[in-house]
Amino acid sequence: MEKLIDKQRVVRYMSSRLLRNNVLKLLFFLATLFGLIVLVVLLYRIFTQAIGWLNIDFLNNFPSRRPENAGIKAGLVGSLWLMIIVAPVSLIIGVGTAIYLEEYAKKNRFTDFIQTNISNLAGVPSIVFGLLGLTIFVRELNLGRSILAAGLTMSLLVLPVIVVAAQEAIRAVPNQLREASYGMGATKWQTIYRIVLPAAIPGILTGSILALSRAIGETAPLVVLGIPTFLAYLPRGILDTFTVMPMQIYNWTSRPQADFQHVAAAGIVVLLVVLIFMNSIAIFIRNKFQKRY
Amino acid sequence: MAMTNGNRSYSVREMIKENKKKQNGQQFIEWLMPKLLLLTATISVLTTIGILFTLLFETFIFFERVSIVEFLTSKEWLPWNEETGSFGVAPLVTGTLLTTAIAMLVAIPIGLASAIYLSEYASEKTRKILKPILEVLAGIPTIVYGFFALTFVTPLLQKIIPDLGIFNALSPGIVMGVMIIPMVASLSEDAMSSVPNSIREGALGLGSTKLEVALKVVLPAAASGIAASFMLAISRAVGETMIVAVAGGSSPVFTFDVTKSIQTLTAYIVQVTTGDAGYGTTVYYSIYAVGMTLFVFTLTMNLLAQYISRRFREEY
Repeated sequence: MEKLIDKQRVVRYMSSRLLRNNVLKLLFFLATLFGLIVLVVLLYRIFTQAIGWLNIDFLNNFPSRRPENAGIKAGLVGSLWLMIIVAPVSLIIGVGTAIYLEEYAKKNRFTDFIQTNISNLAGVPSIVFGLLGLTIFVRELNLGRSILAAGLTMSLLVLPVIVVAAQEAIRAVPNQLREASYGMGATKWQTIYRIVLPAAIPGILTGSILALSRAIGETAPLVVLGIPTFLAYLPRGILDTFTVMPMQIYNWTSRPQADFQHVAAAGIVVLLVVLIFMNSIAIFIRNKFQKRY
Repeated sequence: MAMTNGNRSYSVREMIKENKKKQNGQQFIEWLMPKLLLLTATISVLTTIGILFTLLFETFIFFERVSIVEFLTSKEWLPWNEETGSFGVAPLVTGTLLTTAIAMLVAIPIGLASAIYLSEYASEKTRKILKPILEVLAGIPTIVYGFFALTFVTPLLQKIIPDLGIFNALSPGIVMGVMIIPMVASLSEDAMSSVPNSIREGALGLGSTKLEVALKVVLPAAASGIAASFMLAISRAVGETMIVAVAGGSSPVFTFDVTKSIQTLTAYIVQVTTGDAGYGTTVYYSIYAVGMTLFVFTLTMNLLAQYISRRFREEY
């Protein structure tokens, strides 16, 4: 009887399938590495360009027409000032929205609408928020190019991110805790304030710090607001004009003199250090305080 | 009956009264908080309304001065001359589409390949190391990518393509693609991970290789999520500003040549707002019309993404 299965053919066919599997696995792996390689090249480039330009003077100097005198002091202080507005405003509105949606809102069309609206806001380009800020805060409310105007614009920009993070954190608090609290005679708000929020705060903070670090690195909306880049003094109140690190970097990047490339690189290093610092706080909070129920 | 507490004495009636007062305060808070919280929740709605109305209102003023037909059909964008200026948005749109297309050519294959590797091949341990590092790419400010594109990628590309301009569409497009890789990878990986293991095991049990499982079983099952991630990536690339503003140039030309200086919708808004276009000039209002175009593009993409992932989701 003739063999039903041609063994040689099967072996040949199988090995070609396995070979294809291995070749593509390697390709997929290389694709994953590609991103990492670019990251390493980018960081290496920027750090080598910044060496020699990054020193105490750079942190202590105001912008200057001469690259060797230029510094990031105004930008660094301005970014901190910006956070003084963005952090409380976006946190209060964001967490408030999240509590409302998770604890109070009934499942109806209005709630659905708010939820869809938030996810759509998250997809609006940041520069459009700049146009909103320019029209409403800078012109209509006459706040000028102040820290307040920029801070409110930035707060609206990061709001969706904070809402979603806070919602997830609140949702992760198990219902037994709420029910136990009600069982002890606590009211709804007492339960939210004393039980749900404390349990959700690590998650809320982690998400919010990441959102704030996005606000620190964001440039486009501030360009639209017309935030200046050449300031030789520090702001004294929230109605003063100011500048931030990304704006300074943008200004240095677009200057033709080659030396300003190094100044820009040094500015980027300072910005990245601030971002790494903020992200490590977020990771620390997550690892240290996040409870799994 | 009276109870003594230190020096003060309370009658039961007084205690009840006091308790009532406390409860009234409590009740007031219980009544007030939901309303306050609802107020904060409406701010996000007000933001959307604010965006829509400012864009519509100022765009309307723009169209009182420039005909909408010219805006949509003219192929020349020469806004700086009040007399002979021409406002055809086409060059800005092609500039945007050009950089977006290049970014997608980078981000979609590499992002999807990374997603397949992370979801189908990588061990739990490798994934836990690789994924956060990949996501660092998404956390780097876009101005840093702009700097990188202008000072590193463009000179590098000029060695390969000698007549590449200092400002061009290619270099910011590629860098933008790299920036979007983590977004595509992470969203696609989520979609692929939610395909249940029993389906994979069924295919493996029938003798499939891992590659066949990934391409013929998991990819089709996760197709809606993956397609949605592409839409969101396109929307992100269309709205990206600083990379193209720094490295793309400011020449609104109707061209599909990637080696030439171009201008995107976003870069135009940046150019006008950094310059001194006086408040009330036609150029000033033109940024709202351009912003409106941008908003319509990205919103369509986002809604499409939501529609795809809702309509074509495979439920398990």
